[in-house]
Amino acid sequence: MGRRRLQQKSSGKPDYEDKGVAEKKVNRINLTEKDYEGTPSTLCRGCGHDAITASVIRAFFDSSVDPRKVVKLSGIGCSSKTPAYFLGQAFGFNAVHGRMSALATGANGVNRTLIPIGVSGDGDTAAIGLGNFCHMMRRNVNITYIVENNGVYGLTKGQFSATADKGSRMKGGKLNDMPAIDLAELAITFGATYVARSFSGDRKQLAPLIQGALAHKGSAILDVLSPCVTFNNHEGSTKSLKYIRENLDPIQDLDFIPYYENIEVDYKEGTDQEVTLHDGSRIVLHKLRSDYDPSNKMQALAAIHAAVAEGKFLTGLIYYDPSRPDFAEQMNLCETPLAELGQDLLQPPAELLDEINAELMK
Amino acid sequence: METPRINDLSICVATENGSGSASANNILFKAIFKMGIPCSSKNMFPSNIQGLPTWYQIRASAEGYFGRKDVIDAMVMFNDTTAAKDIYRIRDGGLILYDDSTPLPPNLKREGVQYLGVPANKIVQKLVPASPLRGKQRNMVYVGALAYLFGIDMETIRAVLEDTFGKKPVVIESNLLCIDAGYRHMEENGVTQNIARLQAIPNGNKGKIITEGNTAGALGAIYGGATLVSWYPITPSSSLAENLEHYLPRLRKSNGKATYAIIQAEDEIAAAGMVVGAGWAGARSMTCTSGPGLSLMNETIGLAHFAEIPSVFFIIQRGGPSTGLPTRTQQADIQLMYYCSHGDTRHIILIPHDMKSCFDFARRSFDVAERFQTPVFVMMDLDLGMNLWSSEPFRLEKEPFDRGKLVTAEMLEQWEKEGKKFRRYFDADGDGIPYRTIPGNPHRHAAYFTRGSGHDADALYSEDENDYKETLDRLRRKFETARSYVPKPIIEMNEGVKTGVICFGSSYEPTREARDRLRAVGLKTNHLLLRALPLTEEVKEFLEAHKTIYLVEQNRDAQMAAVVKEEWPELGAKIISVLIYDGLPVTAGEIVKQIFNGAQATTAEVVRQARLRG
Ligand SMILES: Cc1ncc(C[n+]2csc(CCOP(=O)(O)OP(=O)(O)O)c2C)c(N)n1
Ligand code: SF4
Ligand SMILES: [Mg+2]
Repeated sequence: MGRRRLQQKSSGKPDYEDKGVAEKKVNRINLTEKDYEGTPSTLCRGCGHDAITASVIRAFFDSSVDPRKVVKLSGIGCSSKTPAYFLGQAFGFNAVHGRMSALATGANGVNRTLIPIGVSGDGDTAAIGLGNFCHMMRRNVNITYIVENNGVYGLTKGQFSATADKGSRMKGGKLNDMPAIDLAELAITFGATYVARSFSGDRKQLAPLIQGALAHKGSAILDVLSPCVTFNNHEGSTKSLKYIRENLDPIQDLDFIPYYENIEVDYKEGTDQEVTLHDGSRIVLHKLRSDYDPSNKMQALAAIHAAVAEGKFLTGLIYYDPSRPDFAEQMNLCETPLAELGQDLLQPPAELLDEINAELMK
Repeated sequence: METPRINDLSICVATENGSGSASANNILFKAIFKMGIPCSSKNMFPSNIQGLPTWYQIRASAEGYFGRKDVIDAMVMFNDTTAAKDIYRIRDGGLILYDDSTPLPPNLKREGVQYLGVPANKIVQKLVPASPLRGKQRNMVYVGALAYLFGIDMETIRAVLEDTFGKKPVVIESNLLCIDAGYRHMEENGVTQNIARLQAIPNGNKGKIITEGNTAGALGAIYGGATLVSWYPITPSSSLAENLEHYLPRLRKSNGKATYAIIQAEDEIAAAGMVVGAGWAGARSMTCTSGPGLSLMNETIGLAHFAEIPSVFFIIQRGGPSTGLPTRTQQADIQLMYYCSHGDTRHIILIPHDMKSCFDFARRSFDVAERFQTPVFVMMDLDLGMNLWSSEPFRLEKEPFDRGKLVTAEMLEQWEKEGKKFRRYFDADGDGIPYRTIPGNPHRHAAYFTRGSGHDADALYSEDENDYKETLDRLRRKFETARSYVPKPIIEMNEGVKTGVICFGSSYEPTREARDRLRAVGLKTNHLLLRALPLTEEVKEFLEAHKTIYLVEQNRDAQMAAVVKEEWPELGAKIISVLIYDGLPVTAGEIVKQIFNGAQATTAEVVRQARLRG
């Protein structure tokens, strides 16, 4: 049951420039995968972040998302540069180190019809931006939030980050003796409603997880292991490509079925589970652990702990809670995005001011 | 014996905070207002919830001066811990009202003042059943005593109580009981004074409102279309946000749904981030804070400056730093605002000086922010923000929002037909202001990638030195354009006068009074009320037109003078700074004293007279 890509030509063709490459595969809104690319990457050759970018492109393409409805946000770091490398037709904001959560909260609050995707690093999220990150999840702000986790500060040349594992060594030999912050655990604890972990090199797992996150309304956190080939890929590092590969512990294989595809799935009794997302899309989980249920918070936390104790990286859809309304919904906002309201609705009538004046005369 | 002055009085009430005196003081103040007498009040309170000293100073001024009065005519000495000092705060011949339920300790006796007792404790013990309320009701007794002494009738008091507690007749009656007891005690014992009389002025305050800058600012922001508010509590700015929370649900609903989002953030960094995120996404967004919060917002404000994102920051200044004097007033964050953040930054600051301008500037701040695509500060302070001021009612100027160079999809369509390209950071008009699209704009050329300053005119990533320099130079051009857009100063010129006074913000009211006093003793001055940064051409002309300029500001280091001197070093040399930074609302007397010191023109006695007049 691999990935499906529909090739039907839909009506409602958006007015993109003519691509003149008729033979290329197009998605439901008539875009090719190439249309989801951005400017060329300037990252180091082989950097895990570039592989994640490719999965992001694949996910948006496969889900037929209109790039003009997407906003891309990031903090600062090598990882935070990547929004420039995908969806060149979308608005993007490379903001302040660690503050993407806050910016996303503001942008989402005033236009919840936009589809926000954020890319951050482990330094950006787990250190300088940790507080704002936690509060964003606590509010359940709608966002697909990818942490490209390499255990180091790439852009500032190789210092340990707060997700570096205890016992991991720096390139120069320095030992990290602080416990790592586990972002998936943190996300579950602070109220994120879609929590996954994956690996930059596993597009087959990562792309559907991103598609699922896009279909989910609420804080969807993806902690994606993403080796820094320049500063953290040596023997003794627990975030090297080799170490990660050898220690992946997937809980499911998964397939994503977009809401517009009416596909019947043959479930294997006991091992397959279907999760319906907010927009009607589905994720089919082919369980590698028959007893794992992503809606069980305590089980999720216990599983993360057990994997960490064994030096393993638990991957897959770890936790999912569709019941909590997202932040914009909690605020009882009017139908039209706030950013599109005109003066007629934004400026109360003068008579109400007179009323208040009268009250202030007493 | 003095002859009582009519409607010229300052009363200072010394109590502990949390003792319920706020309610008593409010009644007293509103009663004087209701009598039609121009009046103002200054609340000097501690950063604490209960048990620390607080002073509430009410001024009635027939001449209509609203600044804090230099001298205290009457002291309500209801706080034992500060009493020994309080007795020396009042002027010679002044009056001390104390609780004579127990005898006055000898150390609280002072020559040359009049002591009047009212047995507040005994009265409430008799009238109010034992409960925590009893202590609070004690304060109502001094309201009654003062009402009798200075001539506020009980009808007026009752009317104020009804205005305040309209729906709670029990509260009205219980308060009235104690107020009346205080009143009658003075009456029955034939207690009198000859300091001042309050005399009703028919229609004196007709049509006037009583409000605080934080209410005015909040209402102005709502009428200016504030759409996303994110804030973190900090005195003295919290009440601005709380006023927004109070008024927004009433004023800004559409079919029962909110046309605004108000978010209490986890810190000021997040608040600024949300504001900038929302501004980027196209909504009018704002926060309010004071110095410590502004410090935390610095980085984000810098980004917004370079990435050119409209956003509004209300700064209600207080005594710094974080564990400084949070409940005292200052104008000491001028430079923190003006040069806010790293890199070559200059910011637009709107500076209201009274309730009406708090409202108007708050409303207009969003126009300025969108026109210039930049963070805009509304600079206030605790005195403006949290003290009660009487004012003309707020009036809504009916004018369309200025959304600046905001480009819609339709415009882009049209541009395309004309062969014109959208270039986010290109100075097409030579005024430094580029064109802007917002996310959600469906046109295929609308989107761009926002980052700090590392971009070219097309918003493409660039570390090219020429691109960078062009960005900086264009931002400077934009700032220059702002000079002729921001509110102009208000200037008063008199024939042949060569001395000028410049002030801004909450110093305006005491400066106005100080200038009147100076005129009365022969020193005429011209005046410029500064209402915005960047400095406008009019300021330069004013500096040129005068031999000496006094610049009044509420900080130690002459921060505004430094801004002027940076702009026009030679003209700036004419400035003599009048610096007031004790954290209390400015008095006219202090300004007079410093101007005389500067002028060195007269004897100490004239200074004294000018200080004490009024
Ligand atoms: C306030 C602030 N402090 C420090 C920096 C310097 N800085 C830039 S990127 C970075 C760390 C990035 O690490 P991470 O988020 O893990 O991203 P990576 O480069 O590893 O992808 C730091 C500390 C900054 N830009 N801003
Ligand atoms: S330094 Fe590391 S994280 Fe940054 S681009 Fe190079 S490999 Fe990637
Ligand atoms: Mg990193």
